[in-house]
Amino acid sequence: MASLIACPHCGPRPKEEFTVRGDAGISRPAPDAGENAWYVYVYLRDNPRGRHKEHWHHTSGCRRWLIVERDTVTHAVYAVVDAAAQGETA
Amino acid sequence: MIAPSSHGESIMRYSAFSVFLNALRANKSWQPAWRSPVPKNHYDVIIVGGGGHGLSTAYYLAKEFGITNVAVLEKGYVGSGNVGRNTTIIRSNYLLQGNNPFYELSMKLWEGLEQDFNFNAMVSQRGVLNLYHSDAQRDAYTRRGNAMRLHGVDADLLDRNTVRQMLPFLDFDNARFPIQGALMQKRGGTVRHDAVAWGYARGADSRGVDIIQNCEVTGIRRENGRVVGVETSQGFIGCGKLALAAAGNSTVVADMVDMKLPIESHVLQAFVSEGLKPFIDNVVTFGAGHFYVSQSDKGGLVFGGDIDGYNSYAQRGNLATVEHVAEAGVALIPALSRVRVLRSWGGVMDMSMDGSPIIDRTHIDNLYLNAGWCYGGFKATPASGFCYAHLIARNQPHDTARAFRLDRFSRGRMIDEKGVGSQPNLH
Repeated sequence: MASLIACPHCGPRPKEEFTVRGDAGISRPAPDAGENAWYVYVYLRDNPRGRHKEHWHHTSGCRRWLIVERDTVTHAVYAVVDAAAQGETA
Repeated sequence: MIAPSSHGESIMRYSAFSVFLNALRANKSWQPAWRSPVPKNHYDVIIVGGGGHGLSTAYYLAKEFGITNVAVLEKGYVGSGNVGRNTTIIRSNYLLQGNNPFYELSMKLWEGLEQDFNFNAMVSQRGVLNLYHSDAQRDAYTRRGNAMRLHGVDADLLDRNTVRQMLPFLDFDNARFPIQGALMQKRGGTVRHDAVAWGYARGADSRGVDIIQNCEVTGIRRENGRVVGVETSQGFIGCGKLALAAAGNSTVVADMVDMKLPIESHVLQAFVSEGLKPFIDNVVTFGAGHFYVSQSDKGGLVFGGDIDGYNSYAQRGNLATVEHVAEAGVALIPALSRVRVLRSWGGVMDMSMDGSPIIDRTHIDNLYLNAGWCYGGFKATPASGFCYAHLIARNQPHDTARAFRLDRFSRGRMIDEKGVGSQPNLH
């Protein structure tokens, strides 16, 4: 991981201020979506080798949920946006 | 005894006598431990991944199940992945029904391994201690120890004074985690991990298995719903059955057949210190502080902690984790504060959604999957290979590996040893 994450609210901050939650590309199915949709949501992961979007929480900063796009091989961070700005939920 | 190899030459059996004889010949007569063959056009079985599990699978396929027309394809060199990056610990101190008999089979195979494959793997049953720090943790370890004993595995609950006599240099009065005692498995210990890879490679090769290094699988060719072979950096190679054992890169290989796995790849770091005089006799784990340590025969302290926590295919981790592990180490053993760390490195862990592995068939009839070992794959190397070979040869799971099904997640049959749920970075 890169040492710094550029929080859109706080600017570049040390990675240790953040808590990673995981894959931001999955969205919660409707309660009645059926067993298979829930199985896919809870257990299956794209786990890409390369570009990957994740939810990171700026726990020791603005306490906002962010979407960090980064590379899982080089650890380079490409983009950081506020999760609410993209209208995504998990 | 001279064992014939597939190309007509003979592999020398290692012994004290062979060391003596070769010394008389000025050590000029040693042969390579395995060949470097050109891939054939077709194999009965191709194993993707020449790590510990892939090599042991090939070894047991040839030795126990008589299937010798086998190739192991390794994208790097033998020993370059997790089999050469782990912290060499073996143990079978598992609680759950689906896990315990499997890991105990592995322990029994470790105990006979060196004689079996005629290679000095330095199996050292020096004992593994899991420290506990509270009444609740003691009760949990009592339960675990009882479960182990009910499965026929050795387990001893040690009190504070016994641990103090064994390991007087621990900080027993740490303010946050005072040491109350430990659960000990005396048969646990360490094994020289490189020798495990080399021993299995040599044993498989001498029985006719082709170990092909620097051969990366780039695609899986299918016809009529069956796998017919793999595209590789050395061209197309056909196969009757395809067995995946790609560890941290399991998702990358599974993507080639559009199979989505319940796995995330995470980086785990490990460390070795400068060589010291004999200091730590056992393997000591400090789970509450994310630290464990043993001492190698060269004298270096081999230690590690938890995974960094974010998805990664890089075989290196972050300095924050280095600092965290060092802090936990000094908290447990204050004398470590003046020890210098020589090296640190990272390996890519195939973290499954319940912390337990998968050894199973797949939705494609002749495609098999061995994955999800999290950071516990090394100790499982013999049993994983044995059970995977059983599955590939007979199309039936081995008795001790029945629970490691790929569909257990959809059927609610999780084997969550740690009880943390579907969060792979917490296992």
